[in-house]
Amino acid sequence: MSGAVTPSELLAVMGSRQLSDDTTVFAGVGVPLLAAALAQQRHAPRLTMVIEGGIIGPQIRPGRLPVSTNEMRAAHRAQMLPGITDTFLFAQRGFLDYGFMGGAQIDQYGNINTSVVGTDYWKPKVRLPGTGGANDIASLCREVIILTAHEKRRFVPRVDFVTSPGWLGGSDARRRAGLLFGGVSRVVTTLGVFGFEPATRRMRIEATHPGVTTEQIRENTGFPLGEAERVTVTEPPSDDELSMLRALDPERRFLG
Amino acid sequence: MCTEGELMMAAGAVRRVVTAWMSIGLPWGVSKVMRHHVESGTVVLEEWSHLAFGLRFRAAAMGVPFLPALTMLGSDLMSVGGMKTLQDPYTGETLAAVPALFPDVALLHVSRADRFGNCQIDGYPHMDADMARAATTVIVTTEELVTEDEIRRRPDRTVIPGFLVDALVLQPFGAYPHEVWGRYHADFEHFATYTADIDARGVTTAVGDYLARYVHAPATFEEYLELFGGEQLKRAQDAAKDLVPGL
Repeated sequence: MSGAVTPSELLAVMGSRQLSDDTTVFAGVGVPLLAAALAQQRHAPRLTMVIEGGIIGPQIRPGRLPVSTNEMRAAHRAQMLPGITDTFLFAQRGFLDYGFMGGAQIDQYGNINTSVVGTDYWKPKVRLPGTGGANDIASLCREVIILTAHEKRRFVPRVDFVTSPGWLGGSDARRRAGLLFGGVSRVVTTLGVFGFEPATRRMRIEATHPGVTTEQIRENTGFPLGEAERVTVTEPPSDDELSMLRALDPERRFLG
Repeated sequence: MCTEGELMMAAGAVRRVVTAWMSIGLPWGVSKVMRHHVESGTVVLEEWSHLAFGLRFRAAAMGVPFLPALTMLGSDLMSVGGMKTLQDPYTGETLAAVPALFPDVALLHVSRADRFGNCQIDGYPHMDADMARAATTVIVTTEELVTEDEIRRRPDRTVIPGFLVDALVLQPFGAYPHEVWGRYHADFEHFATYTADIDARGVTTAVGDYLARYVHAPATFEEYLELFGGEQLKRAQDAAKDLVPGL
């Protein structure tokens, strides 16, 4: 395969591998949707994508990636268009296997901030776009997978603002807040794959991408990271995965 | 919330925006117009999760003061809009009590309507049916005005009954430069030009000039559409036909 693998390509490929066939995934636009579309084309043809504009079961056309959650390209060959509120209620009822999302800032419990940088919500240093459906996806999908570039400024001990709940303060905090099911199971980054220690719900290293060391990961993370009993190394993106992915986004709108 | 929210901020027409998310879309990045107004404190942005926002209209549409839900719990969003919780009287579990939102006015755009205001929407229905029920006054613009018989032939497609609608305006391309399902594609080039001008000349100058050219100068909506030109509108229609064949 010609050309080096870009960070976004690595993220999309590693993310796509997290999805199995015959499941449902609530996918955010951008790299999460690309990863879901790649999984659907490659190993999960019966993957049902759900998009927050109110779209169930689309088949994204290569070269026709949507830039928004409610535009006709996002609904290509969709099975149902139920309206936004009802789309999210499928998740609240427990029908969404995976939530697939990105994040501006993430902490050691997998909480995500996409609202404000700074400690006062009403006087933000930087105002970000906000939750959209991210809070709902994080609250209501049975398993949440976060896809993000791995940078020290993004991986902070405690997010400035919890837009979307991970494990909140750790241990059983999520359950105590009233969230009956779900939680972040995986964080897939440009350096590796991360999970959460079952008792404390603190983030830990589960796999490193080829050529990446655990030291390198720690240098790029703003909080201490544990390790799973056996830290594995991911398989590099195959030619097959890369060519399918590149065909999906030939204009490189999201692949960089 | 998209360009129209930015235009209202720049025009000084809003003090508080209540929404779930604000940007034109991912490729255009974080809205500089929103950042300018919210970070300087001239506009307050109050966010609710997308589902909670939808349930606020749903509760109002149902005529109840709130709806129980399982979303937003434990997050910092709860304090932003002051959402309260309640104990499930049956199980004792903690539930979100999402408060009803009754807008004074709803402005909605639909695919077709008859002269009585019975409205049908092709494609994704968004939250429009709930918003129409929740609002005190409902103003609808429609791509197409059809006969009463045409509505009666497909009553299953009607999502807003005429008795909710206070005013109806026939306006083809009424959502442009945004899309209408199966009729015309969004004009992404237009958004790219708009944001590039903001990058080059700053929020105040660029959006000020945009408002003068696209909002204040045209005397009619037809004059507004002429700024885009017939060829561009035709391309947008062709793209929609390609994306939703057979509508």
